[in-house]
Amino acid sequence: MRRLLALLLFVAGPLLYLARRRAGRRDRVHLYYDDGSMVTLEHGAPEAEPLLAIARAALS
Amino acid sequence: MDAAGALSDLTEISSQVEAAVVLDAAGAVVASTLDDAERTARLARAALELLDAADKRGQTGGRALTQLEAALREGSVFVARRDGRSIVATTSAEPTSGLVFYDLKACLRSLPETPAKPKRRRTTKARADA
Repeated sequence: MRRLLALLLFVAGPLLYLARRRAGRRDRVHLYYDDGSMVTLEHGAPEAEPLLAIARAALS
Repeated sequence: MDAAGALSDLTEISSQVEAAVVLDAAGAVVASTLDDAERTARLARAALELLDAADKRGQTGGRALTQLEAALREGSVFVARRDGRSIVATTSAEPTSGLVFYDLKACLRSLPETPAKPKRRRTTKARADA
C-alpha cells in the first residue's frame, strides 16, 4: 500500500506541477499607465480578446 | 545616435528581443531590425492597433498608457512609447518583461530629438512712407 502511494505521488506530482505551470502560461495583456499602475487583462476577458488577436497576428 | 543604431544596440544588449520597429509620432516606421518590409509594416500596424485599442479601453481614469505587453504562448509583443514615439518588439515565450521594457525604454531615450519645426520668419510690411 505504501509503495502504491509512493508511486502515485511520483507520477501525479510532476503531472500536477506541469498542469499548474501550463495554466499559469495563459494568454494575457498587461497595460502600464503613467501613474505607475498596471492592469492585467486575462485570456477570456472581452477586453483582452481584441488585443490578443492583434498580437497573435503580429507574431504569426 | 540614429534610430537604426539604437535598434542595433537594443538587439545586441537584449537577447530576448527577436524583432523591433521604431515609429514616429505620426506612426511612420523610422527604423526596423527586420529586412522584410512586409513584416516591418505588419509589426508597425500591430503596435498602432494595440495602442489604439488600449487607449480606447474604458476605465482608464484619465491615465495615459505608457507601455503594454501582450503575452501569448507563442511569444510576447511589447509596445512602449515616449514623447510621441513608439517602439514595438517581439520576443519568445515567457520573457523577462521588466528587462525587455527597460531595454525598449533605453532605446527610445537614445533616439535623437525630433527636429523642431522651423520657425516662421516674421515678415514686416514695408511702410509706404519708408
